[in-house]
Amino acid sequence: MPKKTVQSFSVEWLQILDENGNCDEALRPPLSNDEIKKLYEWMLLARIFDEKAFKLQREGRLGTYASILGQEAAQVGSALALRPDDWMFPAFREPGASIVRGLPMCMVLQYWAGDERGSLIPEELNDFPITIPVGTQIPIAVGAAWAAKLKGDKIAVMAYMGDGATSKGDFHEGLNFAGVFAVPVVFVCQNNQWAISVPLKRQTAAKTLAQKAIAYGFSGIQVDGNDPFAVYKATHEALDQARDGQGPTLIECVTYRLGDHTTADDASRYRSRDEVEQWRKKDPIERLKKYMEKEGLWNKSYDQGVCSEAKEKVEQAVHEQENFPPPDPRDIFRFTFHELTAELKEQSENFFNANGKRNIRD
Amino acid sequence: MAKLTMVEAISLALRQEMEKDPRVLILGEDVGKNGGVFRATQGLFDLFGETRVVDTPLSESAIVGVAIGMAVYGLRPIAEIQFEGFIYASMEQLANHAGRIRTRSRGRYYCPLVVRLPYGGGIRAPEHHSDSNEAYFVHTPGIKVVVPSTPYEAKGLLIAAIRDPDPVIFMEPKKVYRSLREEVPEQEYLIPLGQSRIVMEGTDITLITWGAMLQPTLQAATLLEKKGIKAEIIDLRTLSPLDTQTVIESVEKTHKAVVVHEAPASCGVGAEVIARINEKALVHLEAPVARVTGFDTVMPLPKLEKYYLPNAERVTEAVDRILNF
Repeated sequence: MPKKTVQSFSVEWLQILDENGNCDEALRPPLSNDEIKKLYEWMLLARIFDEKAFKLQREGRLGTYASILGQEAAQVGSALALRPDDWMFPAFREPGASIVRGLPMCMVLQYWAGDERGSLIPEELNDFPITIPVGTQIPIAVGAAWAAKLKGDKIAVMAYMGDGATSKGDFHEGLNFAGVFAVPVVFVCQNNQWAISVPLKRQTAAKTLAQKAIAYGFSGIQVDGNDPFAVYKATHEALDQARDGQGPTLIECVTYRLGDHTTADDASRYRSRDEVEQWRKKDPIERLKKYMEKEGLWNKSYDQGVCSEAKEKVEQAVHEQENFPPPDPRDIFRFTFHELTAELKEQSENFFNANGKRNIRD
Repeated sequence: MAKLTMVEAISLALRQEMEKDPRVLILGEDVGKNGGVFRATQGLFDLFGETRVVDTPLSESAIVGVAIGMAVYGLRPIAEIQFEGFIYASMEQLANHAGRIRTRSRGRYYCPLVVRLPYGGGIRAPEHHSDSNEAYFVHTPGIKVVVPSTPYEAKGLLIAAIRDPDPVIFMEPKKVYRSLREEVPEQEYLIPLGQSRIVMEGTDITLITWGAMLQPTLQAATLLEKKGIKAEIIDLRTLSPLDTQTVIESVEKTHKAVVVHEAPASCGVGAEVIARINEKALVHLEAPVARVTGFDTVMPLPKLEKYYLPNAERVTEAVDRILNF
């Protein structure tokens, strides 16, 4: 009996707007001029926010922070494709996506300043708090999507992750479940080439991360993650399919972490300046700017206006964050269970008096 | 009233809660058509269908992780992990998410999840099928740990666990699954979490135990009674949160105590019980509190498990030591 091919596959690459601002109009998502401007303005706000957060950390005004520099298109493009009632599960490098979703910037800062109240997601927002243990949000996102399907809610769930997460067991287990039960989830993998100091080639021997979806029985697509049009188009289509009952999609956004892993990292220890410079040329904001300029949607005075408005919003967020009243220390205990257990009550009362101040014992 | 085994009592509780609350669903390996490896979900697949009794991939981390997502979304999932030796893959989801989400989100999200977990030795099961690993979960903030000791207890505690708004690890003693029958009411009843029970009143010594170890402890009490020693037995029922009050009141009365558990001694829940007795009732003690436990070793395979598992003889020996202190 001859051998035969029982399965073969290919992986698509999508780029609509190249680094010089050239656009494939046939592929371009049908965004109005105002929507294109919004895309640009959100990316700029995300970058200005990010720069400010980095500076605040250096000034000792913020704890460890994970920069999104260079990944603005992957975050803004995907988050703009979500509907308000969709659910979103960030990893820990998605403040760009979170602020597009409507999470107040002061809360993002509050979280990184070490205050859990930054994870008290506003009621109107169906977003999960940041997840730091890599990839562990994936099964949870799949569970939420599955629950939505069982309840008949016509929503989709978006789960973010990085390239490092694709090496984790929870990536495998989560995507496998998603495929088996055809749940309405879209996995957005921001492949930024580095998991702290470990390059992509140490995460996988596979040519793409997108192809991993095929093993789980659904489609994966690789997009230019620095191309906001491509990211928006791919995520928008995948979300529509998910809401329509056609199951999950994995979208690999090929991008680059221009900054360090976090403010506690020094990327010059493990990668070349030349590599970083090559990626700088693919900057997502610059390419959209070039396109908009050609289309008559961008000029310097518009840009100055957008920049100064963004800076003002960011400064306002910093001001709000730094002027929050300090948290009640008894909150350490308050949310462990729906009500304090006898043991927790005792531990809390032994330590704090009725005003939340430290008890002084003789 | 019907006399049921623990497996039957658990099955009854699951069915009644699923009938009552459409948000309740079961997921796990072989829980559907097969009715679970211990048959605890027998018949439920036919009654409720494949969307509420879900056979999942062989995937312990995702069974728990997905159930957390469902719970956060508003369902009431019951995840079954087949044996306690396989739950370690779920530990990250339990410790990093189930136990933390209420705190991290400052109450915005919570996780009404039950993980049913058959545990413990004494049924001549293969390797990795006989551990008693409750201490890991008790040490994990934000998670409740419940261990029923009899069929009646199992039904009432499981219903309370399903309705609880926090994640509960519900540890089912395999040894007791079919080894005894007890009258279990058809009608609904709840046993509140966090309250232990006095199984037998006594004045001479307090024996504190839970789960499968209740039976050898009861046998020990019978032997002691023949010698004129009246033991008081406390079944803790819930290991987290732990009902300290009942233990303290008993020790204040008897002045002596032994903790009996199946798990290794070091950092076992017995150590916590003793610490609390020391903190709150030291002056009432007439002897150090003793422990009768498994050893700080790997749980042996069936040929040697009888040496590892505490039995009535070891309990009475410990009591003798204390009485002669």
